[in-house]
Amino acid sequence: MATLDYVRRRFLPHIWCPGCGHGTLMATLVRAIEELAIPKDQIVMASGIGCSSRIVGYLDLHTLHTLHGRALAFATGVKMAKPDLHVIVPMGDGDALAIGGNHFIHACARNIDLTAIIMNNQTYGMTGGQVSPMTGHGERATTMPYGNLGQALDVVAVARAAGATYVARSTVYHAPQLKKLLMKAIQHRGFSVVEVLTQCPTYYGRLNQRGDAVEMMTWFKEHAVPVGSDARKDDPARFEVGEFVNVERPEYCASYDEIVTRLKPREDEHA
Amino acid sequence: MARVKKKRLLLRREWCKGCNICVAFCPTHVLGLDEENRIQILDESRCIECYLCEWRCPDFAIELVDLASEEADGAKEGAA
Ligand SMILES: Cc1ncc(C[n+]2csc(CCOP(=O)(O)OP(=O)(O)O)c2C)c(N)n1
Ligand code: SF4
Ligand code: SF4
Ligand code: SF4
Repeated sequence: MATLDYVRRRFLPHIWCPGCGHGTLMATLVRAIEELAIPKDQIVMASGIGCSSRIVGYLDLHTLHTLHGRALAFATGVKMAKPDLHVIVPMGDGDALAIGGNHFIHACARNIDLTAIIMNNQTYGMTGGQVSPMTGHGERATTMPYGNLGQALDVVAVARAAGATYVARSTVYHAPQLKKLLMKAIQHRGFSVVEVLTQCPTYYGRLNQRGDAVEMMTWFKEHAVPVGSDARKDDPARFEVGEFVNVERPEYCASYDEIVTRLKPREDEHA
Repeated sequence: MARVKKKRLLLRREWCKGCNICVAFCPTHVLGLDEENRIQILDESRCIECYLCEWRCPDFAIELVDLASEEADGAKEGAA
């Protein structure tokens, strides 16, 4: 299938601002699905609320646009009912880690076979640039006009500590790498998390004088280093990209099936 | 050295938002924006078919099309 076969063309051009990284993530995700050759009717995509969450409107899959912070709860229900389907959950950083933070850590711990994608633009884009759990210390937001008093959560560290069995990070600048990581995350059996740095030139970029989309992507290019690289010592703004966790643990739906099989009365018990 | 062209660029001007991402990151300066701030080709002969414009465009507004399969499709249509 061609890339655009996965897209509801009638809704394009999409609502996102010029140069919004969410569009690149959407295009990359579609290419990952296309390369895995997963039929459209075997994918469910559940999102919450935010600019990022608008992604489900544009994709011609089984899609649910749900409540702010609750996409993982809906996705968990879908996966329990239909464990054979691929369930992908794109979320904004606010959606996933502020209002949805508790759902997130428990989904990690459960190790349910969902693919969580954190579209991290370090702000609340949809509501006008408020501070998010991923806004860095000293960075500006409409609700932190003199710079963020807090610090950014490291979602990779959170996901690892909470028990996610696949954890990776990339950026929309690194689209070819991002595609490969998304493919691995979708194929992974267990809870997988891919953090994707994406630019919001309209709010985060403007409030922090980060320039336009090209300048913001150039910043990703210049600050991303491979997992484990020493280069971070020289510049604390650098961040690692690549695969952080890829392990096997019992998967939630599989464990459920095992119990059902174990407790089912055997044929001879009926007699 | 002259290379054999295997792909051509397909632009969807109506979806382009003029963000300049494809223009700025094209390694061989094939692309530009026109007076309406939409994508245009400056010199396709410089294209090295690296796909970076297609992969980074947030708007599905630029794509590389395979010339061979396009020709095959054309032939099929012709025969029908
Ligand atoms: C229960 C509830 N609380 C608050 C909101 C308002 N709201 C809408 S989107 C959003 C945050 C969006 O930020 P993020 O999830 O990071 O996504 P982005 O828009 O940056 O892609 C908020 C707080 C809401 N819609 N519902
Ligand atoms: S406000 Fe920011 S996140 Fe929302 S569409 Fe515009 S650039 Fe993207
Ligand atoms: S394929 Fe590569 S060389 Fe050709 S226009 Fe796109 S970015 Fe430039
Ligand atoms: S990246 Fe896409 S939307 Fe941006 S200028 Fe190029 S073709 Fe237009």
